[in-house]
Amino acid sequence: MNWVNVAIQGILLGGLYALFAIGLALVFGVMRLVNLAHGDLGILAAFIALGFVRSGVGLPASAVLSVIIMVAVGYVLQRGLLNFTLGTDDTRPIVVTFGLAIIIQNALLLKFSADEQGLNGGSLETASIHISNRLAIGWYPLLVFILAVVIIAALQAFLNGTKMGRAFRATSDDREAAELMGMNNRHVYALAMAVSLGTVAIGGLALAVRTSFDPTSGPFNLIFAFEAVIMGGMGSIWGTLLGGVLLGAAQTLGAQAFGSGWGILCGHAVFLIVLALKPSGFFAKTVTA
Amino acid sequence: MSAVGGVAAGERVGRSGLPAFRVSRSTRLHLVVLVVSIAIVVGLATVPMWAQVSVTRTLITLFGLIALAQMWNLLGGFAGLISVGQQAYIGIGAYGLWFFGDELHIHPFLAVPCAAVLAALIALPIAPLLFRLRGGYFAIGTWVFAESIRIIVSNIQATGGGSGKTVVSAALLPRDTRIFGTYWVGLAVAVGAILLVYLLLRSKRGLALTAIRDNTLAAQSSGVNVFTSKLIVYVAAAFGCGAMGAVVAMNLLRIQPAASFSINWTAFAIFIVVIGGFGSIEGPILGAVIYFALQQTLSQYGSTYFLLLGVIAVVMATKLPRGLWGLVTARWDIHLFPVRRGLVLESQPDAPAASEAPLPVEHVTP
Repeated sequence: MNWVNVAIQGILLGGLYALFAIGLALVFGVMRLVNLAHGDLGILAAFIALGFVRSGVGLPASAVLSVIIMVAVGYVLQRGLLNFTLGTDDTRPIVVTFGLAIIIQNALLLKFSADEQGLNGGSLETASIHISNRLAIGWYPLLVFILAVVIIAALQAFLNGTKMGRAFRATSDDREAAELMGMNNRHVYALAMAVSLGTVAIGGLALAVRTSFDPTSGPFNLIFAFEAVIMGGMGSIWGTLLGGVLLGAAQTLGAQAFGSGWGILCGHAVFLIVLALKPSGFFAKTVTA
Repeated sequence: MSAVGGVAAGERVGRSGLPAFRVSRSTRLHLVVLVVSIAIVVGLATVPMWAQVSVTRTLITLFGLIALAQMWNLLGGFAGLISVGQQAYIGIGAYGLWFFGDELHIHPFLAVPCAAVLAALIALPIAPLLFRLRGGYFAIGTWVFAESIRIIVSNIQATGGGSGKTVVSAALLPRDTRIFGTYWVGLAVAVGAILLVYLLLRSKRGLALTAIRDNTLAAQSSGVNVFTSKLIVYVAAAFGCGAMGAVVAMNLLRIQPAASFSINWTAFAIFIVVIGGFGSIEGPILGAVIYFALQQTLSQYGSTYFLLLGVIAVVMATKLPRGLWGLVTARWDIHLFPVRRGLVLESQPDAPAASEAPLPVEHVTP
């Protein structure tokens, strides 16, 4: 039963990874941008919420404010900086977003020190559903997983059913043609980044309630999100959930089998195996990379 | 005019209707550069004989940075492979020094090339796997590989776990032998890294690499084997980073997973190449010297210093993508290393001035 418990934990952990992965996949899909600061931006959201909580705002309100701020940051960041790096060569956006990651990490270190922080989710953090004496599912991981499913479903509906979603898909398919049809690509890109940072903010907040975090937690989450995207298959939003679940299960089961130090390595190993055997991932759409 | 390095291929091409021309890479400037370079290297080699140990130790850091930047630029500036995982090979080089020196009892100075070969051998099967990813995703893929190696090394008892090891074989060398030897090996690695990039670019493969840098698709359709070219570059960069990691470990006499496999190595490399200039040999040298000066004066400020580095990298990459060396070449068209091929018109009556300097035929992306 213990293994079942661990497997369920891993699967639910996949929901958290998916929250980080959706935004990474979205901006790559829309504008072929790989945002190396993605994980750090999620952690930035957690620290913004922490700042509000410390100044006396309640956690739910802090979380909402943090997400709203990150959405705005996304739009401004894309319009004010990242748009200028696109369309030249591959090197520039990578260097610029890597520089951005260093800036965010060290700004947070200066403001909040290297101490580990946490957001207190109260009794929700420990509450669980008892299925049997030896099998229990935590309410909090389950809610995060459900949240991930809801957000993915909403994003899919947005992409398929709204005018702006159609604009996202159009620029993804052919940016020049979309521009010729009268679309303002710079605006579309900025909106995509706003959505991306909104989702990664939710991911960062979910992480911050679940576990402790510090200014250098970002890169790990970037790596996990990336593994979820590649395993799920580029161009597929539901794929990120599958990739996240696969990664989460590999990590928790690996930690259970070989000891806690090896869990993350097992996740990397499963990722490398998938990359070797099925490099297009499990849910790849025909979107050209 | 073609005294240094010779005329490329040496062919005299005279076609009907066209003025006679030949392809040349060297100019008189390059003879001067060669002499000055040799003088600088010889001068640097004498440093441990008259300077304090602290000076030689600091200079070894600079040599490491030059080698690292050359390797990163070889990947990113010429093969279009942006890696944020070169710390994998730096760490392998550092642990390789310990393994060959302490465990296999090879002399530490000989263990450096052994460690570099080990890094190259590990890179060989990893490269095809990572090449399945492109652009930014390739970058994160290299990071995953570096993290995997770091986790393995941190969790194994034999390599000292998270607290690392002292490189005993190097520490037990007689003091003068160690200080002089480490310095010269460090200098050799820096010069070797520059020569490696230079010779690679001078070779036929170098022409292919320049073509890939400028337009991968066009290069491929012109018959360049992009995969093989990238593989050679990736393995060569792993070799160079391995040697550099071994030198750093020998300088510190200590290896530790968190330091040897630190992402900061990549941050330094990116910063140096971005500030110095992509896609040239001179840029990373210039960048390394500038970075080294900043590090010596500002690194005491910790996070503020790193914050500044990040800001400079972002601003340079958006405003001045060819770096400081790009400014120099744009202003004066100086190329210190004769890796570009130029057309030299021979006895052209219409434009005699044109025969003085080789006309660059290579396209340099603005």
